[in-house]
Amino acid sequence: MMCPTPLVARDKILLGHGSGGKLSADLIESIFLPAFHNPVLARLDDQGVVTINGAKLAVTTDSFVVKPLFFRGGDIGSLAVHGTVNDLAMGGAQPLFLTVAFILEEGLPMDTLRRVVDSLAGAARAAGVQIITGDTKVVEKGSGDGIFINTTGIGLVPEGVELSASAARPGDCVILSGSIGEHGMAILSEREGLEFETALESDSAALDTLVATMLAADGRIHTLRDPTRGGVSSSLNEIARQSGVGIEIEESAIPVRDPVRGACELLGLDPLYVANEGKLIAMVDAAAADAVLAAMRSHPLGRDACAIGSVTAAHPGLVTMRTLLGPSRIVDMLAGDQLPRIC
Amino acid sequence: MKHIDEYRDAKIARALLAALERKVTRPWVLMEICGGQTHTLMRYGIDTLIPSQIELVHGPGCPVCVTPLEVVEKAIQIASQPDVIFVSYGDMLRVPGSATDLLRVKASGGDVRIAYSPMEAVKIARANPQRRVVFFGIGFETTAPANAMAVMQAKREGLRNFSMLVSHVLVPPAIRLLLESPANRVQGFIAPGHVCTVMGYWEYEALSRQYRVPIVVGGFEPVDLIEAIGMLVAQLEEGRAEAENQYVRSVTLVGNRVAQKVLLEVFEVTDRKWRGIGAIPQSGFRLRPEFAEYDAEKIFGLADTVVEEPAECISAQVLQGLKKPVDCPAFGVRCTPENPLGAPMVSSEGACAAYYQYRRDTVKSS
Repeated sequence: MMCPTPLVARDKILLGHGSGGKLSADLIESIFLPAFHNPVLARLDDQGVVTINGAKLAVTTDSFVVKPLFFRGGDIGSLAVHGTVNDLAMGGAQPLFLTVAFILEEGLPMDTLRRVVDSLAGAARAAGVQIITGDTKVVEKGSGDGIFINTTGIGLVPEGVELSASAARPGDCVILSGSIGEHGMAILSEREGLEFETALESDSAALDTLVATMLAADGRIHTLRDPTRGGVSSSLNEIARQSGVGIEIEESAIPVRDPVRGACELLGLDPLYVANEGKLIAMVDAAAADAVLAAMRSHPLGRDACAIGSVTAAHPGLVTMRTLLGPSRIVDMLAGDQLPRIC
Repeated sequence: MKHIDEYRDAKIARALLAALERKVTRPWVLMEICGGQTHTLMRYGIDTLIPSQIELVHGPGCPVCVTPLEVVEKAIQIASQPDVIFVSYGDMLRVPGSATDLLRVKASGGDVRIAYSPMEAVKIARANPQRRVVFFGIGFETTAPANAMAVMQAKREGLRNFSMLVSHVLVPPAIRLLLESPANRVQGFIAPGHVCTVMGYWEYEALSRQYRVPIVVGGFEPVDLIEAIGMLVAQLEEGRAEAENQYVRSVTLVGNRVAQKVLLEVFEVTDRKWRGIGAIPQSGFRLRPEFAEYDAEKIFGLADTVVEEPAECISAQVLQGLKKPVDCPAFGVRCTPENPLGAPMVSSEGACAAYYQYRRDTVKSS
């Protein structure tokens, strides 16, 4: 007789450990934080901010393993710039320099690499960042997946800007910069060969100028997060936990475009958990919300910005959502990846 | 978006709720059969919007929840073999067997792939003639026609390396079992709209007549479910017991004849064990003898193992509507989606997972 004991996900790395959900958080808390512990890291922001000779520098790093390499609205090259630039921007930093490391798989067509590098260079130029050093490794065929890219970014945080996922306060207005789920569903539909009437396109974009516009409009912004892996729900849960506050959002206020909704309905996925690469969530002092929203709407990447809820002292660490019918429900962090349902 | 927005419309929902409020005079216990319906009820908090006299209990219609552990164990054994590509719907991957689950088999080097349709497994078999490709064919009548098509297609192409591990279950025998149980409290059923899209609802007419119980075929959106609850309450208050169809945009009395023909060509009705409930006679599908060469159980010749459920798990009572997830002392404490004791917490469609995911802050033990 065998007895099914619950499986604790600590014996092996699962794909879910890279999902941005609870398993990812577990990994950080149980393995990385104890090993590397220091006050900068302990803030668990998208970037580490350090002061050197009076200059406040933001540093961040990100690896890109997207499949397919090319998708509607972008490719692994432009994504490698946008992802890192955005992680700097969420700290309010002006992005300045990037490093790029390529891990290439033996047999990769040279033309593919050239296309990715051209796209990466173009995205860097557009974002006003220079690539100042790099590295290349090649692994045996079968040990990689075409191209993996790591980028590290350095930016300068302007005087007086102090953003952190642990700085949200009760009363803050929760602002979302636009419609959600576009990157994740574009990738998924490309991967699964799904066709829709209106093509799904990734929202991949550099958000640094949007952030600069917001900060210029009103400095009373406490937290910025770009809801990438794990989607809006994971970012909100991280902020709720790190700031020790509750967050309440309105289902009817969250913009989801029809092609994303349609694809999500078809696959049984919730757009709140689907990745974005060109959106941000802001926790803003309620008194500044109108000014920040107006500034965002004047920027092409914030045209559809809207207030989706507020921060509360009730239920710290928990995100709730008033559904279309009225009652509230919890918006949880997923354990791992969203798995498509059977029926 | 058409066919979605009008069924999530707060104004329509409020009007239906007001009508329901006027109709109800006594307490009634209703059960929704399908896990997808449970999910909608909890997600939108419909149980808090309906009159307090109406109690909703949750049925066994979560395919992941009722797939027996012995079958999960067989899936894990097959998927662990080096020459096998094991293809499954996504949410079966997290169900723990005795020592591991399919996600971990994959992490240990097993070739386990998620598919949206069994035809993808046929495609994989075609592209990998040197590997054995096994599809995990589980679910209710809803997924059976597509699975049957995949087996037919494999046979038509003469694919020798494709097989299916079949553990299909059928809804009407489960309703019959619930109704014959002396412990039954359910006075009206919301029948599963997707299952009835395939099978029609004539079988439910017979059940309704035999047991004098109202049954309403319901959809999966909030307005569908509120309307279905209203139709059941109307029957109960008026002393009627009929099979009615709320989900008219998808379901007809006779169902999808083409799909039924395909599945009856490939499958035959058999006794089946349901996880948490036990053996139910004539409650499942298995491959017909003429498709034996596509039967993974026969090909891999695996012996039945006996797998016991954790003693603390009350999923048997939850799946039969005898208890609510929050009546379990382990709920949210020793049993969470990360560390599930039983299947209703593992599957995203399971009743325990729905309570935990959406409402663990407010729901109370009844």
